[in-house]
Amino acid sequence: MHSDPESIRKSVRSYIAVFVLLMIFTVITVAVSRFHFGVPIAITVALIIASIKGSMVATVFMHLSYERKWIYGALILTGLGFLILMSVPSFTMMDHIGTPIHVEAPASAHGGH
Amino acid sequence: MDMNIPYTVEERPDSGLTNGKLGIWLFLASEVMLFGALFSTYIILRMGAPEWPHGELNVPLGTINTIILIGSSMTMVMAWASLKMHDWSKHRLYLIATVVLALVFLVNKYFEYAAHFASGELPAKSTFLAIYFTLTGLHGLHILGGIAVMGYFIGPGAKLYRKNPEQFTNRIEYTGLYWHFVDLVWIFLFPVLYLL
Repeated sequence: MHSDPESIRKSVRSYIAVFVLLMIFTVITVAVSRFHFGVPIAITVALIIASIKGSMVATVFMHLSYERKWIYGALILTGLGFLILMSVPSFTMMDHIGTPIHVEAPASAHGGH
Repeated sequence: MDMNIPYTVEERPDSGLTNGKLGIWLFLASEVMLFGALFSTYIILRMGAPEWPHGELNVPLGTINTIILIGSSMTMVMAWASLKMHDWSKHRLYLIATVVLALVFLVNKYFEYAAHFASGELPAKSTFLAIYFTLTGLHGLHILGGIAVMGYFIGPGAKLYRKNPEQFTNRIEYTGLYWHFVDLVWIFLFPVLYLL
């Protein structure tokens, strides 16, 4: 682990770099959203940028680029749990019990909200 | 008899970590699951909704709050780095700046909520507003929690520095880990709720 003031001074430079990058990516996210791509592209682009920003915060600000293996172990388990949570929506969509599958609704019924 | 808490400064031989470091990461792991469950809920609600509102939220205010939170992460990491460089007064300055930024974030959020309430946009009005208030409300509570902890280390908690500066520095590091996590959640909340 880095503890001496000299290596901390070096890390401060990387904190500033990450801070500037995070600001730039924030501006890019907002700018891209003004282009009104189709929803699938917009979601993909926004989530890719958010993931880049998130991993910069985690690796540099939260020091994950040099951490002990117990932390990585805990995070691998967390990642697995998170993936399961994120796949719950698709399980829900695949589950048709109690849901009428092939109902041909009249076209006029869709605008009723 | 010495009744000090073990492994606050020296690392445990088996984990190679201080107990506090492992503790805060396990807590953050549980937080990932808490917010993950709500993100998953958001996906289900959005996929099941016949239509989803676009552009209902105040994007400039949301952008400003994103910048404020990223800035507060920067001041937080500097509050810790200053302690590592044995600069107490800079540490105080950065920690107070972090709390101020957190308070500004909440004030902005207050104005946003107030504008929604004034125009009758309550959680019960639509699925979007329900998940919007749930996610941002829970995130706001985390900001409040962070302010409470940082307030403690600005106030009564600060005297530990004279007794055991390394232990105090580690406490500030754990506070920072939590704070960066709260920033990280917002980095995902902002595009998901405001832009998509």
